[in-house]
Amino acid sequence: MDAKSLGLDKINMGHGSGGLMTRELLDKIIFKTFNNPFLNQKHDGSIVRFEGEVAISTDSFVVSPIFFKGGNIGELAVNGTVNDVAMCGAIPKYLSLAFIVEEGLKIDEFIQIVETVKKAADKSGVLIITGDTKVVERGKGDKIFINTTGFGEVHPKSKISMDAIKEGDKIIVSGLIAQHGMAIMSQREGLEFESTIVSDTTNVNFLVKDLLDEFGDKIHLLRDPTRGGLASVLSEIAIDIHKGIALSEKNIPLEKQVAAACEILGLDPMYVANEGVFVAIVEADIAEGVVEMMKKDETGRNATIIGEVTSDHPTKVVMNSLIGGKRIVSPLIGEQLPRIC
Amino acid sequence: MKYLSEYRNLEATKAYLDLIDKAITRPWNIMEICGGQTHGLVKNGILELLPKKVHMIHGPGCPVCVTPLNLIDKAIELLEHDVIVCSFGDMIRVPGSIKSLLEAKANGGDLRILYSPMEAVKIAKLNPEKEVVFFAVGFETTAPANALSVLQAKKEGLKNYSILVSHVLVPPAMEAILDDEFCNINAFLGAGHVCAIMGYESYYPLVEKYKIPIVITGFEPLDLVQGIYMAVNQLEQGVSEVENQYAMVVNEKGNTAAIHVIQEVFAIGDREWRGIGKIPNSGYVLKERFRSFDAEAKFGISTIKVPENTDCIAGEILRGIKKPHECGQFSKKCTPRNPLGAPMVSSEGACAAYYHFSDQLLKS
Repeated sequence: MDAKSLGLDKINMGHGSGGLMTRELLDKIIFKTFNNPFLNQKHDGSIVRFEGEVAISTDSFVVSPIFFKGGNIGELAVNGTVNDVAMCGAIPKYLSLAFIVEEGLKIDEFIQIVETVKKAADKSGVLIITGDTKVVERGKGDKIFINTTGFGEVHPKSKISMDAIKEGDKIIVSGLIAQHGMAIMSQREGLEFESTIVSDTTNVNFLVKDLLDEFGDKIHLLRDPTRGGLASVLSEIAIDIHKGIALSEKNIPLEKQVAAACEILGLDPMYVANEGVFVAIVEADIAEGVVEMMKKDETGRNATIIGEVTSDHPTKVVMNSLIGGKRIVSPLIGEQLPRIC
Repeated sequence: MKYLSEYRNLEATKAYLDLIDKAITRPWNIMEICGGQTHGLVKNGILELLPKKVHMIHGPGCPVCVTPLNLIDKAIELLEHDVIVCSFGDMIRVPGSIKSLLEAKANGGDLRILYSPMEAVKIAKLNPEKEVVFFAVGFETTAPANALSVLQAKKEGLKNYSILVSHVLVPPAMEAILDDEFCNINAFLGAGHVCAIMGYESYYPLVEKYKIPIVITGFEPLDLVQGIYMAVNQLEQGVSEVENQYAMVVNEKGNTAAIHVIQEVFAIGDREWRGIGKIPNSGYVLKERFRSFDAEAKFGISTIKVPENTDCIAGEILRGIKKPHECGQFSKKCTPRNPLGAPMVSSEGACAAYYHFSDQLLKS
């Protein structure tokens, strides 16, 4: 498929008019790509059946640049929401897909994004069952924004809840931190630096299902440390559970090149965004087993126990530094700002 | 990682902490000049690992913290008059008298966060119809790159590029601190990166005049504890010399090419320091022949003057008279989210470092 089939090379306001141009865009790109019985009904929405509890999660994706090393916005839009549904202890089944496109986006780029969405959806085993495409005037968007909402069946053995967390629980991170954020940062205008850091965006739903099959309610919490990084997610949890979290700096999985890039830019990797990585808080006696199972999976091969829940310093996350000191890991305030020198 | 993990080694750090403990017989007040060192001390939890007799005092070496309020207002004024303002990242959240650069950006100002002033020159070249100003703050460390941007703009014949200069110098600040009647500092850890540019010959007269040890020190845990050990050793032996802990990076003469660029573009002039006031000959100003690159002159904004917030004791913090948590507003009215003064904004600022990493909060 290419832009020639639409006779134009850029999205214009007509593609969002609801008229023939919209129809053509949908038929030639969206329906043709996703082609499934739900969408093919071309109804205003879709009707689906679930057995038992349903987990729902929504997320909007506004990343810039829209194409980056290791992926594009389309892949993020699927993986981000699929993973959020998985974090609820559920098996993701369906996704909605809504585009807000700025006029002037190259149709070839739009096609590339749609095709990536399809590929990522297939990989994580979800169907796109409803969607929307709007076009906004130039300057009123930033090339393309995507919103996805995911629906999943809650795993019968899952008892994921903040209330389940208790002292002594182990904190596990499933992979290398800060990869995604630094991949994006390395390509931002004004900050470009040469590196081979690639985003690790991926779906973790199958690994989560395997973990729940095996360990069930001994998995107390799953979280996706995207924006704000590991530090922000753990600080929020410590406040919510009114317990302390103790971390060990030497166990935080961090790739050398990412660590170096953070040093150069004056950023703390604990606050850099992650994709394709999740935090599991689990009962102490299964922690080793969880890590072992994660390591067998492509997405979890760098899994590590990084700390534990403690009755000391309630509501605070404390990091034991490499040299044996302690420091508080506080939540991110605003955007992380590069230092002067 | 070579030259990094070795400097975060647990055993080596402990060995130096033990040496300090053995050498020290009485309390000493040691000031680390640079904000990067404050950050390193707090982030790695070194303050609580040090023997109780070592009192670290956090100096004025955070460029964001000492940039006067009126400079921020001037940058905002430019943003509100259709100028593209380019800045280092941690400057943008510092409150001016009414708002911060970040808020001015939200109101529609074209603010760009950059790592290098050379990027600002590129932006000026790409936007010939717009004026582009680089907010040139910092100590001697950022001066060479800022000077280079002016030389580059001149070479390319750019008429739409200028810099808002707020460069300050370390040795005059050290002297001002030592001249303060409340000064209780026994030794300095010299700022490693500043000395990488400038060398350390300028410290000989200070050591001579004030009989105070100055140890040029790096930023990693091992650098810091070794620097502290060297300072304690001098104090205990009753000597006062310039010593170089950071020999890996710093030599006596500094980076002569960088110094040459600075001297070509900048002259030494009086500068106002936030929280400290005016210090004679304590900063850089553009030389007369580069006046067309001086944003203050170009846009007629040099008259903007604003008073400091009276609730903020940044001056006492920066001179080492008070610790951040001894301020009545610390973590109450003043937090990184709602900072009253600059030391609470930059991650190098003593107040923010205490707020983010220190056990002061654990105890509260």
